[in-house]
Amino acid sequence: MNPLLLTHFTATSCAGRGLDATLAALSDARSGLAPCDFEGAALATYTGRVAGIEDAPVPADLAAFDCRNNRLAQLAMTQDGFDDRVREAIARYGLERVGVFMGTSTAGILETELAYRRRDTRTGALPADFNYANTHNPYSLAAFVRAYFGLRGPAASVSSACSSGAKVFGSARRMLESGVIDVAIVGGVDTLCLTTLYGFNSLELLAPGPCKPFDVKRDGISIGEAAAFALLERDLADPADDDAIRLLGIGESSDAYHMSSPHPEGLGARIAMEQALASAGLDASDIGYVNLHGTATPSNDAAESRALTSLFARVPCSSTKGATGHTLGAAGALEAVIAALTLQHQMIPAGANTTEPDPALGLDYVLTTRAAPLRAVLSNSFGFGGTNCSLVFGRKGAASA
Amino acid sequence: MTPLRAFIEGIGVIGPGLAGWPHAADVLTQRAVRDAAQTVLPAPAGLPPAERRRTGPVVRAALAAAHEAVAQSGRDAATLAAVFAASGGDGGNFHAICETLASAEPQLSPTRFHNSVHNAPAGYWSIATRAMAASNVLCAYDGSFAAGLLESLAQVSVDGAATLLVAYDTDYPEPLRQVRPIVDAFGVALVLAPHESDRTLGRIEAHLSDEDASAFADADLEALRLSNPAARALPLLDALAHRRAANVVLDYLDGTQLAVSVEPS
Repeated sequence: MNPLLLTHFTATSCAGRGLDATLAALSDARSGLAPCDFEGAALATYTGRVAGIEDAPVPADLAAFDCRNNRLAQLAMTQDGFDDRVREAIARYGLERVGVFMGTSTAGILETELAYRRRDTRTGALPADFNYANTHNPYSLAAFVRAYFGLRGPAASVSSACSSGAKVFGSARRMLESGVIDVAIVGGVDTLCLTTLYGFNSLELLAPGPCKPFDVKRDGISIGEAAAFALLERDLADPADDDAIRLLGIGESSDAYHMSSPHPEGLGARIAMEQALASAGLDASDIGYVNLHGTATPSNDAAESRALTSLFARVPCSSTKGATGHTLGAAGALEAVIAALTLQHQMIPAGANTTEPDPALGLDYVLTTRAAPLRAVLSNSFGFGGTNCSLVFGRKGAASA
Repeated sequence: MTPLRAFIEGIGVIGPGLAGWPHAADVLTQRAVRDAAQTVLPAPAGLPPAERRRTGPVVRAALAAAHEAVAQSGRDAATLAAVFAASGGDGGNFHAICETLASAEPQLSPTRFHNSVHNAPAGYWSIATRAMAASNVLCAYDGSFAAGLLESLAQVSVDGAATLLVAYDTDYPEPLRQVRPIVDAFGVALVLAPHESDRTLGRIEAHLSDEDASAFADADLEALRLSNPAARALPLLDALAHRRAANVVLDYLDGTQLAVSVEPS
């Protein structure tokens, strides 16, 4: 594929609000996970909750969109001057030439959960102030971002469970490559809700403590919330941009195996990684770091390890979900931003919370954040329904040859 | 600029009083009358019995339309990239989840939870057909069909990949029906190829437009078009049924529509 420029990016999760805080948490292998105190969730687990969402309503003229998910979207978009960069892009290209592709798993379903507690006791009706279209519906997120900037270009929410925030890069690439748009706002936003907390609890996949990806004692996920955004543009081949971060490759596949369990050999994951490398024109040996999907469930981490070791001789890798929790539909975008940070700061982040990597998995799992010369990195995102997406980011001249 | 162009090789339709594409084409060309009947959703073909039992109406609507379109194309489903487009998931399932979560015992069933993901139809489709190719799952509320068509056309045009587009939505029970008044299931599927072949039914090309969406003069068809996000595809299906060159405009986003020119083969 033709490389795309990642001209700006930002992320907010329990590990930090904005890039500097996120980088600091990764550098110190610090986890933002804490005992679950989410209202209505009586569960013995840890969550990655973002502080301050409750105090940050959306603008008054967009009040119809007000919900936890869109609040977090706004909170994150206004970090690192991301919103200013969007406005600059609009000024340069026009409102019709900016696309919006946002990943989310549950959007503002929390609003519906809360509305069901306020049903009319006589008629069963939902409260009159409940707005389904602008909160619960998956499109509410992309619609909010589009309305926030007054855009008139194409838009969609991608909702393929935990690959959503990575798949948006594929949609944006196709639109940029076709010439329908000149710049894409891509990202992922998912927020805590009872559907996912009790849903993963029903599958017995919640860890009782902070999650420990790839550890011998890994015992499930910690659910987090996050919002991450990036601006994608066609590569202008400007020599001054040689240090810019580029999206070099994308791989997308389906397991065709099971709705909520990964393929035991990680076959779909392997296909996604192979395609991502092929579309980037890179060999496995060109990749200096892999940000693993690494949810910390026994089966995910085992399957992903099999897929990885079938392709890579030995590559430094970690899951940053120990720091951020599993942020579901936002994870792909959050970890894309983390991948970009590793390239920008030439560092390999440790997997927080993990102390004893499972030797049976055979990975070069990184326990201490360290400096490293990185030209290209790979990020994995997989989800329910057997959906897989791998992204390769890098700098110009990423290939070793 | 790459034209967003594709050659249609297969069409699938399921909806209220519409049993498959040949019948839907007859209704659209007034060779048949649409019965005032609820959509009949068949058991999803290709799934193992244990998986089949877990499927809800949204999976059945999607798979019925998809299987019909792929069969007409003569292609192997496993070779097709796929785009799934829907406004929502299984409304009955969401209702049950929200009722449970509002109760004193908020314990969900695992099946309810995994069926709640927006990509459940895509997951079941890949299991049913052993399709390991890329599949994308989109939502653009009432413009979901147009969003899916745009994504599919980009996939076909940019990557040269034959792509299956499936759009579907199903009914919501009370009290969700108050806020999302969809009363019956509708599904539509297209197999879109990058090159003309002896299987080509027509060529389509799309661009963004600020014109109003095409409406039907016939009140029954217009009501049907507006009844379900997937039925927003009907103006395109109408042109294909009449086998006539046409320019149609499909509902997409606030202030932005998708114009599609249709050239029958």
